[in-house]
Amino acid sequence: MILEQVLNGVMLGMVYALIAVGYSLVFGILKLLNMAHGSIYAFGAHMALFIVSMHFGLLPAFLFAILTTGIISVLMDRIILAPLRAKNAPNITALISVMGVSYIIQNMMMIIFDSTKKTFPKLFDFGNVTFLGVTLTSTQIAMFLIALAFLVLLTVVVNYTKVGLAMRASRENAKAANMMGIDVRRIVTFTFFISGMCAAVAGVLVSGYYQMVYSTMGTEAGLKGFSAAVLGGIGVLHGSVVGGIIIGVAEALAVTYLGGSFRSATAYIVLFIVLLIRPSGLFGKDNIVKV
Amino acid sequence: MALLEVKGITKVFGGLKAVENVEFKVDQGEIISIIGPNGAGKTTIYNMLTGVYKVDGGAITFEGKDIHNRPPREIVKAGIARTFQNIRLFPTMRVIENVLLGEHINVKYHFWDLLFKTPKYRREEKEAHQRAIDLLESLDLADEIDNYAKNLPYGMQRKLEIARALATNAKLIILDEPAAGMNPQESEELMEFIRSLRERGETILLIEHDMNVVMNISDRIYVIDHGRKIAEGLPKEIAKNPEVIKAYLGSGGAAGAKENA
Amino acid sequence: MGKLSSVYDSFVDFILKHKKIVLPVFLVLLAVVPLVIKSQYVIRVFCLIGIYCILTLSLNLIAGYMGQSSMGHAALYMMGAYFSGLLGAKLGWPFWITLVFGILGGALGGLILGFATMKLSAGYLSVITLAFGEVVEMVVLNWNSVTNGPLGVRGIPRPNLFGWELTPTNGGFYWLMLVLVIVAVLVSMCVVNSKFGRAVRAIKEDELAAKLMGVHTAAYKVQTIVLSGAMAGMAGAFYASMNRYIDAATFSFDISMTILCIVIFGGMGSIPGMIVGSALLISFPEVLRSLADYRFVVYGLLLILMMRFRPQGLLGGLSRRPYKLPAGVSRPGKPEDGGGTEEGKKVS
Repeated sequence: MILEQVLNGVMLGMVYALIAVGYSLVFGILKLLNMAHGSIYAFGAHMALFIVSMHFGLLPAFLFAILTTGIISVLMDRIILAPLRAKNAPNITALISVMGVSYIIQNMMMIIFDSTKKTFPKLFDFGNVTFLGVTLTSTQIAMFLIALAFLVLLTVVVNYTKVGLAMRASRENAKAANMMGIDVRRIVTFTFFISGMCAAVAGVLVSGYYQMVYSTMGTEAGLKGFSAAVLGGIGVLHGSVVGGIIIGVAEALAVTYLGGSFRSATAYIVLFIVLLIRPSGLFGKDNIVKV
Repeated sequence: MALLEVKGITKVFGGLKAVENVEFKVDQGEIISIIGPNGAGKTTIYNMLTGVYKVDGGAITFEGKDIHNRPPREIVKAGIARTFQNIRLFPTMRVIENVLLGEHINVKYHFWDLLFKTPKYRREEKEAHQRAIDLLESLDLADEIDNYAKNLPYGMQRKLEIARALATNAKLIILDEPAAGMNPQESEELMEFIRSLRERGETILLIEHDMNVVMNISDRIYVIDHGRKIAEGLPKEIAKNPEVIKAYLGSGGAAGAKENA
Repeated sequence: MGKLSSVYDSFVDFILKHKKIVLPVFLVLLAVVPLVIKSQYVIRVFCLIGIYCILTLSLNLIAGYMGQSSMGHAALYMMGAYFSGLLGAKLGWPFWITLVFGILGGALGGLILGFATMKLSAGYLSVITLAFGEVVEMVVLNWNSVTNGPLGVRGIPRPNLFGWELTPTNGGFYWLMLVLVIVAVLVSMCVVNSKFGRAVRAIKEDELAAKLMGVHTAAYKVQTIVLSGAMAGMAGAFYASMNRYIDAATFSFDISMTILCIVIFGGMGSIPGMIVGSALLISFPEVLRSLADYRFVVYGLLLILMMRFRPQGLLGGLSRRPYKLPAGVSRPGKPEDGGGTEEGKKVS
């Protein structure tokens, strides 16, 4: 019983990890909490739904969702955030601007796709698999594997490629990176693209899992991903993964032992506790203040 | 008893000793300078003195009481106030409000007092404003009270930062490179200003790169290199100390030494 | 653009300069509204504007002075409404007492938020408040025995002043709203012009420097959020009694967003900005019903455009008027006392 719930939690937690990584990537480089991330996630799911409803199949839907979501994420940065950075505007202006973006995306989806819950096809339905005496659906396993694959891909990109090196350099010190000939603007654009991509993948996977898409789905998912990112130490990629899994497992256990109404609140309660005990998160560094 | 006594403080950052077993003391009414090449650990010492960093060893006593590892606000209340290497005023607050922030610990009324504008609130606000104005007047900043701190010219911002520190009623003022970014004439004026502070009865601890300033106004000098104290003494002695010359030429580079000479 | 904005600025200056005349006239005009206007609908819109004035003044303490933002301010509003509404409906307590508990309820919410965020940098509060809103909503929806769950609370009593029952029809609620708004304005003003306000603004400007001036930054942050919660709670208690019915859906995310938009639009850190902003943005959707669907899209655009082109909002930004000294302190160079707002030189 416990093992089953833990495994269920890990499967879903992997998707939270993917959302959390999206927050962490942007935060790492811009010190910005991307409040629009949840809406962008919902946007990804809707884009996939759009293609599915045109009967193009799941794979094109997936690719289309990734591409459009990445693009909208980049556009947000180019059109709205970059001018603020150029003006050296205080951080809160960027934060409020992304909140504005979040409202626009969410409400435009509500207007275009209406606010009802729409069914989404089940992903990779090949029946059930029994593992360690626990029965898991193929949808769950596929969700886990795809999320894992993306996380591995991301780790490889960040840690072992030239663009990843540039990302890490920009994260440490954007000014110095710029002087070393790294085009920080392009790195930021790239970061927003993959952050949006993560959101889209997560959006499609969760939609496939619950077989449901709706315009406000981003609020809750965004908050959970954020909780996971803070739990692991925002800006730290592996921290986000661990955070996501912890949130997923905690949620699964809470649903089993406390009841379904505790599902969404679990993540926030975990978040509260973390912030009270260790605000920098599990893997976050305590910043040394420079005076 | 010395006003400030620093006994063998140490600070470690990730296994690296930024400051190791540094000792010095400051007596009432002195101007003491701490000098050393870039990265020697001077500002780290300041940060420990003012509670920004915890010390990893040693002790700091102020008027005989231990103050190390206390939160910054308690250290300010004990009587140590500082300025910053890169000016840290409250840029979009008025000049007078910046000084009033220095008065913060001396204004004692509670939340209820301000809500109901009790006589205590009125009296204390009036007194704090009056003290702030008097202080600004004595520093020739009175014309600027309405201005926003960010609009002041550089030299005045430095002065305002010192005014803010003075407003706390500190017994010891710690200045972190006050002459940084100043031309020779400005630093000349700054020297006069620091001397005048001493005449008002202030005790001053100074970190400075500008050798001209340091040699002219210090009563005693401590030299820090690689986190350790390598020399101490009167300005004349320090100028001739071979260890000090080596430290400056060795790590500061010849250009730095020439510039500072 | 620049010319327009300078014309606008001089208009604002003109009003400020003559505020000793403008303000009383404005207040008298406001006070006679229910005697002149008999439309229930218009009175209700006025009351809503009043509620938003209080809510935005409440968020303004956090966003305008402390430099943080909140995306879940409706949660504090909700706590005030439920504390007050439940005590009134279930225990039959009179409004004036439940109002106090509504204020305490909001303050309690603020206390929880404050403790969770006191050591964090500015961005966190906005997300924590969002999460907090979800948790409060979950509690309200699931704690059936106390909150009636999704059914909401009915039959919340009306205020009674020495035997006179205040209703929206007899203008009582309108005048009560006016009084509460004035209270919120006065509290905001007292707080801002004090060591408390200075400390909080210093935290926004440079938290570390504030700390090194002896400001107990964590305590001030918590206190500010508690005070903000108390004000939002007051608005909640008023709403509960005016509407006589509340449920969880009343205090949705949209409310939080509206509050935030008004604060940004009116001008963070400006008390008149909150009032003007509330009046404009609350009456706007009532006037332009056809845009109803796009209301929040427009709000989102408003946030973005404001941040880009006028981050100080309609009335925010640095005052160009001289600093107002407390009575009895003489301006340097001027022998006479008395504030001297008028004589002081203009600030560039």
